[in-house]
Amino acid sequence: MLSIKNLHASIDGKEILKGINLEVKAGEIHAIMGPNGSGKSTLSAVLAGREEYEVTEGEIIFNGKNLLELSPEDRAREGVFLAFQYPIEIPGVSNVNFLKTAINEIRAYKGLAPMEAKDFLARLKEKQKLVELDGKLANRSVNEGFSGGEKKRNEIFQMAMLEPKLAILDETDSGLDIDALRIVAGGVNKLKSKDNATIVITHYQRLLDYIVPDVVHVLYNGKIVKTGPKELALELEEKGYDFIKEEVNA
Amino acid sequence: MEAAVKTNTLKDRLYSEFETVKNSLLGSLQIREQAMESFLKQGIPNRKSEEYKYVNIDLVLKGEFAFSTDKTTTCEQIKHTKFLKDAIDIVIENGVFIEDLSNIKSLPKGLQVINITDASSNETFSKQYSKYADVNADTFIALNTALAKGGVFIHVAKGTVIETPIHIINISSTKENLIINSRNLIVVEPNAQVKFIESFETVDSSAKTFNNSMTEIVIDENAIVDYYKIQDENENGYLINTTQVYQKKQSVFSTNTITLSGSLVRNNLNIVLDDEHIETHLNGLYLTSGNQVVDNHTLVDHRKPNCNSNELYKGIIEDKSSATFNGKIYVRKDAQKTNAFQSNKNILLSDEGTINTKPQLEIYADDVKCSHGTSTGKLDADKIFYLRARGLSETSAKKLLMHAFASEVVDTLKIEALREYVEEKIAKRFE
Repeated sequence: MLSIKNLHASIDGKEILKGINLEVKAGEIHAIMGPNGSGKSTLSAVLAGREEYEVTEGEIIFNGKNLLELSPEDRAREGVFLAFQYPIEIPGVSNVNFLKTAINEIRAYKGLAPMEAKDFLARLKEKQKLVELDGKLANRSVNEGFSGGEKKRNEIFQMAMLEPKLAILDETDSGLDIDALRIVAGGVNKLKSKDNATIVITHYQRLLDYIVPDVVHVLYNGKIVKTGPKELALELEEKGYDFIKEEVNA
Repeated sequence: MEAAVKTNTLKDRLYSEFETVKNSLLGSLQIREQAMESFLKQGIPNRKSEEYKYVNIDLVLKGEFAFSTDKTTTCEQIKHTKFLKDAIDIVIENGVFIEDLSNIKSLPKGLQVINITDASSNETFSKQYSKYADVNADTFIALNTALAKGGVFIHVAKGTVIETPIHIINISSTKENLIINSRNLIVVEPNAQVKFIESFETVDSSAKTFNNSMTEIVIDENAIVDYYKIQDENENGYLINTTQVYQKKQSVFSTNTITLSGSLVRNNLNIVLDDEHIETHLNGLYLTSGNQVVDNHTLVDHRKPNCNSNELYKGIIEDKSSATFNGKIYVRKDAQKTNAFQSNKNILLSDEGTINTKPQLEIYADDVKCSHGTSTGKLDADKIFYLRARGLSETSAKKLLMHAFASEVVDTLKIEALREYVEEKIAKRFE
């Protein structure tokens, strides 16, 4: 589904990603872990199409398409979803109205007619339940005045509504208490199918107790330096990132 | 049809027009003569005039202008301007009230709508006409008071509650350049409640109209008045729109000025709060594009204690257009416990657009709560990216954000059909 080859990216002339290779197949959950400053958020920003980052080398192929040639909206329409580490507040734009517009633009891209109002409402109700999001929140302006946990839940709610093929969760666990974490993880697990894939980007192992990855990658200094089964996350938790640094620098 | 005099200066021509209208029944001769004298003293503003420095009025008025025209629109032509299904429509064409095009045959009890040229025998009219707008305060008030020859007098009797909105439709329609001075007087008696919409539109016009339109509104004790303006003339429209409001005890006045188009729009909104426990809400929205010039001057004069005023003006400026917001608030010595708030926010979409914003607070009382704030910026890039990352095109992301920005003002329109009309207009603008 996703194939990243030798990806180099920089911002303001400073190289952050220094040759990333990653293969993600449908049905899989990948965790990307790493210390602060290793390039985790840069990777998610490059995947989503943030224009501040310049890709200097390498390629990203998503379901046969060159992702780097697509605009952020076309990536979303192809089925890439980024759950933001810091979701943006948009006063005056209602969550519901925004999602309706998003769904219908994605449908138009695929040559489909706008969604029937009753189908949309049904989906809204179902997915709200999935992430235990209060109906009132769904009707409010996007993220405006939401608590940290509500914002993260709203990201997963949007993901549920848009039904992406590839979801990238960027530090979705940061700032979440254990109840919110359980709800968010529960939402992600319920949305998992053999046709979609998830990349969980995180600093801590905690989230991976709830979202169990098939593969764990360690990102350090702009490169994936270690790949292993889910137990690798536990090892990292136990030993800290220093052992990775020592291994790399040895 | 009067032919425009070609050789003399505009001032001379205005004076000779004055000679022809001064003995008409609208206002006393004395009022008119004082006004004309004041106008001649103040003159036509140019770039050096502090109050009009952002609007090139002397340039607009170059060339030939007539003072009246035979042009009359048909019922069919103005159908679209009557955009509210259930409303009392009052049509003013080129500054003259046209009863045939209006819909005032069966008015609710307590409501009177009279052609202003037939109003001088009315006792209330004679008492209140030209009492609140000071001819020496502004040259266009002076000019209007000297030359006005059309408009309506609306009287809402004590305790009358009118559910149906009253829609004053100003239509500019001419084949030759035209100067219009239209004048309305609205008197709302104690405990009455009424909602007005005043719209400005161009219909079948092939020449410029310079409309110096003015309305005085007197709001008596405990009365509640909503006054919404929709300014939507085309590029032939040049509008100076003065609204002089006088509020008495415990009255509530809510106004919203929405400027969608027109080559030049200058709004002078002056509100005097002359007793206690008065509430005033002023909102405004201007969407400017092309070479449009929109200038909103507001004055809120707190004269007595315990009153509240709340002001919010927002603008989106595109292309080479220019917008000005100048908001004065006076809190006089007696006006203790005043709450007066003002905010002006702008989005500048182009590098060539201009926004001038000037809050002016003059506070002479010491126990008051007043604040003002102003901001001008571009559309937030992080918000645009967030929306695009969910599949919205850049265009529709921007549209959604502009709509959200405008909605804070549009949502204050309490007439649902009007709100829908305005929202549709705005949506079209952002296409």
